[in-house]
Amino acid sequence: MRLAVLGCGAVGRSVAELAGDYGHEVVALADSRGAAVDEDGLAVADVLAEKDETGVVGDGDPADALAADYDALVEATPTTLGDAEPGFSHVRTALERDRHAVLANKGPVAERFRELAALEADSGGSVRFEATVGGAIPIVSTVEDCGPAHVTAARGVLNGTANFILSRMAAEGLDYEHVLAEAQDLGVAEADPTFDVDGTDAALKCVILANVLSFGAVDDPADADDFALADAEVEGIRNVPGSALELAAEDGRTVRLVGEATREGVRVGPRLVPENGTLAVTGTQNIVQIETSHAGRLNVSGRGAGGPETASAVLADVGRLE
Amino acid sequence: MSADGSEVAERGRDAETDGGRASVSTHTVRLELVDEPGQLLAALHPIADNGGNLLSIYHERGNKTPRGHIPVEVDFEATEERFEGIVDALRAEGINVMQAGTERYAEELVLLLVGHIIDTDLSDTLKRIEECASASVADVSLAAPKGTEEASSARLRLQTRAGETTAALEAVRSVADEKGLHVVEPLAGGEA
Repeated sequence: MRLAVLGCGAVGRSVAELAGDYGHEVVALADSRGAAVDEDGLAVADVLAEKDETGVVGDGDPADALAADYDALVEATPTTLGDAEPGFSHVRTALERDRHAVLANKGPVAERFRELAALEADSGGSVRFEATVGGAIPIVSTVEDCGPAHVTAARGVLNGTANFILSRMAAEGLDYEHVLAEAQDLGVAEADPTFDVDGTDAALKCVILANVLSFGAVDDPADADDFALADAEVEGIRNVPGSALELAAEDGRTVRLVGEATREGVRVGPRLVPENGTLAVTGTQNIVQIETSHAGRLNVSGRGAGGPETASAVLADVGRLE
Repeated sequence: MSADGSEVAERGRDAETDGGRASVSTHTVRLELVDEPGQLLAALHPIADNGGNLLSIYHERGNKTPRGHIPVEVDFEATEERFEGIVDALRAEGINVMQAGTERYAEELVLLLVGHIIDTDLSDTLKRIEECASASVADVSLAAPKGTEEASSARLRLQTRAGETTAALEAVRSVADEKGLHVVEPLAGGEA
């Protein structure tokens, strides 16, 4: 497939670098300031070397990448909330041109799922978004394989930063502020960790899953409830002191930031789970439990973030479109 | 006691045969006793004297209710009509009946409360959770490593009747909300 990759952060960059390994060709690569377009296929290594040197991807207009002759658009620009722009417009452009869109950007699928479903219905192209939930872990496709109508709920640990902090607090008996500083030194937490520790990131992923469960269970999208971040009940981990983890441990339990998605809604918050239970993954691991009507519970776990990890989910989606 | 018990059981079955009424079923009452000699015996008399057939007594010594009393759980057989008479008789004796029903506390719920737990009157918090008819606080552990100045944590083990954990959680959430406390809930539907 011929790919146009929008966004040149860790994920966009890895998609461009790995595309060849998966048998695809990158015809355009753009960030917010510039673009490199070559209908015969970009020399990705050269383009990225130039970006490292000059700070821009190329001297083309970013809009050129959107207009290029590609089969699938990879939307890997930073996640934005509310109107989810400019990601949403990028995807709309691709669909209106009857091209596929593969998202790593959570905004459009979390905030404007119904509109996206309508655009897809009128398009020759399809929308895929495995990379938006749980990085490398095949969660959306597992739900689709089970049949969303036969899945009653999905719950799990979907933010590596929050999980790292909680598992370190429990293991070392340290307080939140201390472990956060350590996580920032290790590059596990960002300088502004709000998105992760307040539960927003986990909530976006659960909102996306709730939309998949809801729209996947009906024949007519008009019958489905759609969810956005504002519909989620979200609590982060800042209020969990070390003493709470100690009390939990005395009783063979621990605390994890758990997100729950059903067709009725989304809840994210710190929850008590068995210390050695399935959901008590440690460090930056992610895990999702999928409750099925006829096949019990499925557990899927792995790396929930990272450039190559998330890129592998994007490229798996591209493979599904062939 | 066992002699009394079997006599009562006979009477209970007679009542069933005579009246053709509801059959004898097993009931559980949860009592709160002052830690003084003779209290347990005083509590069992109204049961035996009113037609209850004692099955088992679970005296949770070492465990204290939020009021500092000792919880006792008594199982007995009685007809529905006699059961009501027994509960009335217990109350008439001044015994605190925390819970009475035909079901045992089938479910247990462990949760954490975080925040200014002590400053917001922990015993009032517990009392109000218990006032919600579906829950009884089985035990409480408190950790306040930084005194009352900073946030402390409490682990609560609640016992609820079958199917009433959601209602109990609602009660906890509403008290916590009002007092500005955070609740770390067990995972509903999960393995917790």
